[in-house]
Amino acid sequence: MPAPPSPSSPQGKLYAKIPERGPGGFDGQLLAFAEELREEGMAVGTSELLDAFAALTEISWTVSADFKEALAATLAKSPEDRHTFELVFDRFFFRAAEAEAARWEISEAAVGQSGQSLELDLDALRQQIAAALRDGSDAAMRDLARLAIAAFGRGEGSGVLGVDVQRIRRALGLRTEPQPDLPVDDPRRDGVPREQLRRFEQHLRRELERALIERTASLPPKRPLTDLDRALPSGPIQDLAAVHRVVAQLKRRLASQGHEQKGRNRHAHVDVRRTMRASLQTGGVPIELKYRPRRPRRPEIFVLCDVSTSVTSASTFFLSVLHALHDSFRKLRSFVFIERISEVTDVFERERDFRAASEAVSRDAGVADISGYTDYGRVWTEFLTEIEDELHPRATVIVLGDARTNGRPPRDDVFAAITAKAGRTFWLNPEPKLYWNYGDSVISAYAEHCTAFECWNTDGLSAFVDALMNDRRETR
Amino acid sequence: MRRVSLSGGAAHAPEPMTTTVPEPQSVAEVADGLRGAGYLPGESTALVSFLASKLGKPVLVEGPAGVGKTELAKALSRYLDRTLVRLQCYEGLDEAKALYEWNYRKQLLRIQTEAGDAGWQDVQDDIFGEEFLLPRPLMTAIASEEPVVLLIDEIDKTDQEFEAMLLELLSDFQISIPELGRIEARTQPVVLLTSNNTRELTEALKRRCLYLWLDYPDIEHELQIVRLHSPELDEQVARRLVEIVNQVRELDLKKPPSIAESIDWARALLLLGANDIDADVFRQTMSVIVKHRTDLDTVAERVGVKLDPAADARPAA
Repeated sequence: MPAPPSPSSPQGKLYAKIPERGPGGFDGQLLAFAEELREEGMAVGTSELLDAFAALTEISWTVSADFKEALAATLAKSPEDRHTFELVFDRFFFRAAEAEAARWEISEAAVGQSGQSLELDLDALRQQIAAALRDGSDAAMRDLARLAIAAFGRGEGSGVLGVDVQRIRRALGLRTEPQPDLPVDDPRRDGVPREQLRRFEQHLRRELERALIERTASLPPKRPLTDLDRALPSGPIQDLAAVHRVVAQLKRRLASQGHEQKGRNRHAHVDVRRTMRASLQTGGVPIELKYRPRRPRRPEIFVLCDVSTSVTSASTFFLSVLHALHDSFRKLRSFVFIERISEVTDVFERERDFRAASEAVSRDAGVADISGYTDYGRVWTEFLTEIEDELHPRATVIVLGDARTNGRPPRDDVFAAITAKAGRTFWLNPEPKLYWNYGDSVISAYAEHCTAFECWNTDGLSAFVDALMNDRRETR
Repeated sequence: MRRVSLSGGAAHAPEPMTTTVPEPQSVAEVADGLRGAGYLPGESTALVSFLASKLGKPVLVEGPAGVGKTELAKALSRYLDRTLVRLQCYEGLDEAKALYEWNYRKQLLRIQTEAGDAGWQDVQDDIFGEEFLLPRPLMTAIASEEPVVLLIDEIDKTDQEFEAMLLELLSDFQISIPELGRIEARTQPVVLLTSNNTRELTEALKRRCLYLWLDYPDIEHELQIVRLHSPELDEQVARRLVEIVNQVRELDLKKPPSIAESIDWARALLLLGANDIDADVFRQTMSVIVKHRTDLDTVAERVGVKLDPAADARPAA
């Protein structure tokens, strides 16, 4: 950060005491911040806010890291909330500071002008940036991002931030992969760490945005966090570990939910035999009643999973969910389908390793015939003829798919026949509800016969797991 | 309900707080103190610990296994020079094991020795007295004369009913015993709850706590931790070790190596007298940080190969 243009500037005041600008002063700003957190779906109660204010009186909140951590510790109470908090915090305080700067007409142009006359040694700058990326110093990165914009960015801005960021990155020659043709002592030679590069790009984006606000003296409309910021990771390889963490949590939840019932449903049938035996201790008077233990029903589950290309990103996730379910339910039969259906129960039982299992599924299942497009009608018919006799009222059928028939007949009558035979049917759709029934999606035809869930982030998934568990409790 | 004060000895009047360590006044002080107690805190760790002692609120610490959640409580107790009272949670933990229990045998004996001549009311007052109470960890922490550090470890292992029971304790630092009355804390304990995030804790519990998310530390921080625990290890080797552990964590493993495992590995390397981590050393000692058969294969395939001198063309770091 360069020094404020003149000692009399209001910026000096900003750092000296609680700013009184804006409605309600500093307290008002904090409340507005909490309101934004609530808008993003975090449960920020009054008691949390009181804690936040109490915490802020204890720390020196002019240290931005302390200020942020104190707020986070009191307001964000789960890893997901923490993630949202970071995003909203950056957005809110960046905008608040910029709005203030615009109001006071503070600009960094004066400083920039004197910098312009300085001849920047571009090669040295490239080296310095790469070195800062390697060492991971945040403050140095921000300063260098400003220099980089001064050197490569100004003047010919395209107006689209993302484009400018990428152009500057290319001009700096920053790549994640090693560049063996560079000299040995160049820090870029072994490639730049991916995570650091991402952070540097963030700095670039932020500084560009700041410059834009300065030029136009107005704030662009705030960008709400999209659900995609919080969506399930869908990249096939590097995010597999992240998918697994979600599933691992689901698995433990499945396991612990069975136990929860132990305490709650104790008032059940009296076990006469055990009561009589216990009464021997008290001379035949049945003082202590013994109850028949309730064993959680392990329902028989049939899972049908779409693995066609339209749901590629989701099927990785679905397959790992399938894999997780296999450990939690004793009787689980899994099927994958595209144009035809194929049972893969064996594969999952044999392979304890998820990676091997998914490879085996894509290699051996033979579910694509010619086109590789999903044919729901044919799948239902095949499933019904193959499994009909084994479906019974206590069976649960779970379908994972986007219900896009590619124009082929949906055959919801056959699907209805399946749901009639089975006790319960759930449909998990990896598409957001917004896209349901658009184009060739026929989810509403199927949803008449089953319960459909949108399941493209962890929230949807846990809603489904809750439904699965609660329903099990009621139907018993 | 009566207000009761439990006493360990003869003195009944609550004594003034006598702490040898004064209340910390700044975040930096806490950070230094923890460092002095052999724990290298991250920025947020020191801050939240400071807030906990200032605001008197319990802290909920979450994070993957082996990032030093329990260790933090131990270090805090060392730093503040307080006794650590630990309650290890497990499935089926109930009030009798966590709070208090009536010493049933002693009560029986008492009744038998009195046999007959005392009235019911007297006997009842008598046998539901302090003398017949067996304090469990939570009660011990509350009734202690000296301020303590209370660690409720792996709270996510218990069921929700137990959590509900904790609420009174965490917000008011008091326990109600129907027969005896209310027991209030005389001193403000520092309370830490840890969770591995295996189940969603209730909103009510979270609302009463400050939240601290501990994650794997970055390379420099972890290097410092390893160096702190095995200072004899050559710095180059230590750096290499931490880098490798970081690479291993990025893989999709059943159980990624924790900080504790990095430290163990450093010790193992010291014992072996290794002065570099090459492919051979790695293969031999890999089992210190990776503890699943399938994980071993993955790690050997993805990381071990890179350490091969033939493949390792780049100059030594």
